[in-house]
Amino acid sequence: MTFIDLNFYFFSALLLAAALGVIASKNPVHSALWLVLSFFSCAALWLLLEAEFLGIVLVLVYVGAVMVLFLFVVMMLDINIEEMRKGFVRYLPIGALVALILAAQMIWVVGPIGPDILDDESLKQAVRHGADYSNTKELGRVLYTEYVLPFEIASIILLVAIVAAISLTLRRRKNTKYQTPSKQIQVKRDDRLRIVKMDAEAKE
Amino acid sequence: MTLEALNYATAWPEIFLLCMACVVLMVDVFIAEKNRNVSYLLAQLSLLGTFALVMVGQTDERVLSFNDMFVQDPMSDVLKQFILGITFAVFVYSRDYLKDRNIFKGEYYVLGLFAVSGMMLMVSANNLLMLYLGLELLSLCLYTMVAFHRDNGNASEAAMKYFVLGAIASGMLLYGMSILYGLSGSLVLSDIAHEVANAGDNKIGMVFALVFILVALAFKLGAVPFHMWVPDVYQGSPTAVTVFIGTAPKLAGFAMIMRLLVEGMGALQTDWQQMLIILAVLSMAIGNIIAISQSNIKRMLAYSTISHVGFILLGILAGTAAGYSSAMFYTISYAIMSLGGFGIIMLMARSGFEADQLDDFRGLNQRSPWFAFLMMILMLSMAGVPPTVGFWAKLAVLSAVVEIDMTWLAVVAVFFSIIGIFYYLRIIKLMYFDDAVDETPLSCGRDMQITLSTNGLLILGLGLYPAGLMSLCLSVFN
Repeated sequence: MTFIDLNFYFFSALLLAAALGVIASKNPVHSALWLVLSFFSCAALWLLLEAEFLGIVLVLVYVGAVMVLFLFVVMMLDINIEEMRKGFVRYLPIGALVALILAAQMIWVVGPIGPDILDDESLKQAVRHGADYSNTKELGRVLYTEYVLPFEIASIILLVAIVAAISLTLRRRKNTKYQTPSKQIQVKRDDRLRIVKMDAEAKE
Repeated sequence: MTLEALNYATAWPEIFLLCMACVVLMVDVFIAEKNRNVSYLLAQLSLLGTFALVMVGQTDERVLSFNDMFVQDPMSDVLKQFILGITFAVFVYSRDYLKDRNIFKGEYYVLGLFAVSGMMLMVSANNLLMLYLGLELLSLCLYTMVAFHRDNGNASEAAMKYFVLGAIASGMLLYGMSILYGLSGSLVLSDIAHEVANAGDNKIGMVFALVFILVALAFKLGAVPFHMWVPDVYQGSPTAVTVFIGTAPKLAGFAMIMRLLVEGMGALQTDWQQMLIILAVLSMAIGNIIAISQSNIKRMLAYSTISHVGFILLGILAGTAAGYSSAMFYTISYAIMSLGGFGIIMLMARSGFEADQLDDFRGLNQRSPWFAFLMMILMLSMAGVPPTVGFWAKLAVLSAVVEIDMTWLAVVAVFFSIIGIFYYLRIIKLMYFDDAVDETPLSCGRDMQITLSTNGLLILGLGLYPAGLMSLCLSVFN
């Protein structure tokens, strides 16, 4: 067993444990944190597969952005755990069925009985690259040459999405009540107070 | 790979338009509310500039660029020119309408420009990826524009329907494309065409992919039975947006059908011909018959669109150069007709009054003989009565169908267009033989008067001298 194999088993064990933690923990915040750990282990596995870019993006985007947002939502919503656990027995059969089918599919594809795809020639051609090989650089090279037009258009679509979201949701309410401290300080007596001259009333 | 190898000069119009859209977006942020006209003028200038660039770069050959992602050929040049010209007129028509409703904002023009660049990319796509991205760029802008009038419940409902159904259609398209990619191993249309022609045992899989792609195309064009969104979206969205949805995107949709079915899957012609026959006959039947019972003119024109889409499909299914060019002629003339039709509705609308009921057209002749005359030309053209361009469009399509010995299809088409004449003539009757209920004189800016008059007269002019446009469409496919 090489050092790389050792790493692989370590991170896969961590990934499985973390994934178990996600579904087993009662507190949704804990679940989310377990999910963060499973993302990290997964990123490490990808690094072992020489897919550095995917690994880095997984950490940056999913851990850095998506999960943080997710945690915020989980913390802000008051989720009643008892309520969520109610349907467990009722949904168990269908859940088990889906899990069984998934497992059967996986065994069929990668296991010994099915169409042995791991023996495929194209998979065997995969070579290990040296330390000077950068996966990120190679991806960038393809994206900015061969696929430069679709890449730019995709960015334009994101821009349109931003413009669309803002133009549909940004509202400046005219009747909102808000304070302007500078105006409050400068207020004069005459702005607020009206002195009404009245004749003294005669006593009856 | 060098920058020259990309051959990016072919895409100058698109590059210019995208940059200008960003400029309009930024300028609009910094100008005061009362100077909003600046955004409008800039948007119009960018359209004109792009039009000039398309004219300058015109070519008779087929030029590939960006690693076969992008293609410039005579068809793309002609369609781009019409898309730009029509959008120019759309912006002219919609200015007063938007001002009256307090939605005269830069976003309308920014999204409009982005939508136009999406259409131009669709027209010039030579790769499934580009086709899809162009379509999404266009659709995303249109969804937003429909929901643009935020305080209007109908518009929000229409936008929601449009968005959900459009997303389903995109999903269908992607599913079909992914099957096609899996079977052919390429995203480039010419490679796919080669693989489809030599499919052998894989043909059944290719037809399977074709079905999904065709369903998505029918969804986007609004052909029966995938037309449910058309009437609701046409009616619900502000007329300034309806006129945009109902005109230029039809040209892009035509280009998309040509690229996918004819260029990509030309070898499966016998298969898609049968499917298109079903779509075309159903569209002409349902469109024309249901339009009769509409009392809302926007809804009526939506059903009329559906029936016209049937005619366009009729030209394409002929599968000959004459058929394709007749379909292109039909699409272009339909876009101009529908532009004028919605233009008149916007001319009559004012703040708080949409002019979208048929009864609002009563006695239009007493209020403005000139615009009643223009509307009459437009309606006659949609009905296909000579001497308007609509007649020649229908004639060209029908003769293309007769040429491939499908006379029964031509008879069916004529039968349903005769039914369709009823609701077009009803508007003429309302305008000329009924008394006006609403005596308010029509008022609009000089720019709109001139554009609308040109639009209407163009229908008549092209009807009297159809040879120019016809030979242009023919030359594209030879």
